[in-house]
Amino acid sequence: MSEKGHTILYLDGVSVSFDGFRAINNLSLVLDKGEMRAIIGPNGAGKTTMMDIVTGKTRPDTGEVFFNGKVDLTKHDEAEIAMMGIGRKFQKPTVFESHSVEDNIMLALSGPRSIFPALFHRSSPEEKRRIDEILATIRLEAKRDDLAANLSHGQKQWLEIGMLLAQDPKLLLVDEPVAGMTDAETEETARLLKEIAKTHSVIVVEHDMHFVRELDVKVTCLHEGSVLSEGTLDFVSADERVVEVYLGR
Amino acid sequence: MITGKFFAAGADRRIAITIAVLLAVAIIVPLLNLVAPPGSALHMPPYVVALLGKYLCYAMLALALDLVWGYCGILSLGHAAFFALGGYAMGMYLMRQIGDRGVYANPILPDFMVFLNWKELPWFWYGFDQFWFAALMVMLVPGALAFGFGWLAFRSRVTGVYLSIITQALTYALLLAFFRNDMGFGGNNGLTDFKDILGFNVQADSTRSALFAATAIALALAVFVTWRIIGSKYGKLLMAVRDAESRTRFLGWRAENVKLFAFTVSAVMAGIAGALYVPQVGIINPGEFEPANSIEVVVWAAVGGRATIVGPIIGAVLVNTGKSYFTGALPDYWLFALGALFIAVTLFLPKGIVGMWDAWKTRRKDHKAAAAEDRAYALNAASAEAEAGGTWAERKTGPEPQPAE
Repeated sequence: MSEKGHTILYLDGVSVSFDGFRAINNLSLVLDKGEMRAIIGPNGAGKTTMMDIVTGKTRPDTGEVFFNGKVDLTKHDEAEIAMMGIGRKFQKPTVFESHSVEDNIMLALSGPRSIFPALFHRSSPEEKRRIDEILATIRLEAKRDDLAANLSHGQKQWLEIGMLLAQDPKLLLVDEPVAGMTDAETEETARLLKEIAKTHSVIVVEHDMHFVRELDVKVTCLHEGSVLSEGTLDFVSADERVVEVYLGR
Repeated sequence: MITGKFFAAGADRRIAITIAVLLAVAIIVPLLNLVAPPGSALHMPPYVVALLGKYLCYAMLALALDLVWGYCGILSLGHAAFFALGGYAMGMYLMRQIGDRGVYANPILPDFMVFLNWKELPWFWYGFDQFWFAALMVMLVPGALAFGFGWLAFRSRVTGVYLSIITQALTYALLLAFFRNDMGFGGNNGLTDFKDILGFNVQADSTRSALFAATAIALALAVFVTWRIIGSKYGKLLMAVRDAESRTRFLGWRAENVKLFAFTVSAVMAGIAGALYVPQVGIINPGEFEPANSIEVVVWAAVGGRATIVGPIIGAVLVNTGKSYFTGALPDYWLFALGALFIAVTLFLPKGIVGMWDAWKTRRKDHKAAAAEDRAYALNAASAEAEAGGTWAERKTGPEPQPAE
């Protein structure tokens, strides 16, 4: 346990296969508390499957997955894991399109998660304050009453990050946050994630090397379900095997 | 902000009008039937009262379906089963009220049991001589079935068309079960020949009028309850589950519980509708479990406009009025007409009658807002100059284009 004590996320020897295809193969990954990590890797490297395992959507065939050094995540389901403090942003922005931006955040705010409190819920000033705070962080104050469906692609991504923040998680898993964004939006997102990383542990999966460079954090390169290389971006991109995987022979 | 409030106010006004209309109908229809002398132009014949009462029961069933289909995306093709179970519970009470006035004059056993040579009342018929007990069962039996069914289905994450097929199977299974004489619910013939309800003759005009009024009031109450549920944080959560179920899970909500609550409430509502239906039509038989009945309910809700609360009520009344006319005038063509209607609505009115009305209103408002904005723009520019420090929030109070729904 002592070796896991300072970790927020600890994966050791994790494997999972779907219909004989090994999506994750003996993967080991350790994230320290308060750390931000970028994960890169070609398509099919197992990045999204890794997130599925951490968030309880997929159960690993073998291996250990520990959160906060002591909680075995393989024994819990999505809702429980979310309540423990792991927030997840999907690759494709997933927000509640028929609700306003404010209501999207409101539904994500940490608090009781059972039916009857929700049925008789009244919004409190404290809640309002937190929603304001989050809207300010993701810079969507002006859009507060717009339907989420009417947001641009980039704004939806930010709203989803805002919903993660509202959950008040200890660890954020962010899947391809800048896919499809303009350069200006990408820059804004990097700023936002760096801001968030000051108070949270974050894992960012991303293809965009320019964006990863901007984040300026330790990088892990996955390939065929296991870690190929790990270190600074310069170190990883100088690694011959990484070049080979990305560029082909 | 304005948009949100305006839409909210628009929807609230519509609910208020619906409730007011239903309460008014609850008074006016009995008056037209009882007070207006027969032969006068204002007199409403008893059969029309019974027919309207039936339509309102169907409307309540459609509203119940709307809660799960419109707001949570659960396309239940078995909602008539909950309706029929509520109906059977009421029918059992009405059977026990017949007492020794049956053909075989057995004070305890209903006629069909005597006919089948049964010697004593099956245990599940106990208590149904009491109205309060029957009323409780009207809600409890459909509610418990929906809870059990939903608990299993939603926990195993059965969704979409698979869930629809299982609900269809559920109602079909109940149909077959209730057809059996051994089940103890009158088999093929069901329960009929009712005499009294709460001591009043079910055939009497005054009783029929009272039943109609009770139905209209119950429907008004159902509208109110549905509206309150939808307006709460839970209601928003319900729609969130409909739009992005996995997102709600990763936010820590138990999507299965969210669905289960709505499904159970909906089934209870359907059960009450069925209980009000039976004394007005005078019979309940296994035919009510026909899978086709449940599908018809879906058509009503679709025609009126789902996720609108008011729409399914309008749809149920309109389609059933059409059905009454068609089955009288052109009996062979009703099913074709129903099929054509469903296709036409799906193609041309995907949001139903109420949805079309909303779209038309929004377009008209956009038109007006655009004109108003031109005027207001000049004004705003002037005031912005006057107080250069005007914040965005303040400026936002000016007219702005409304988003298209």
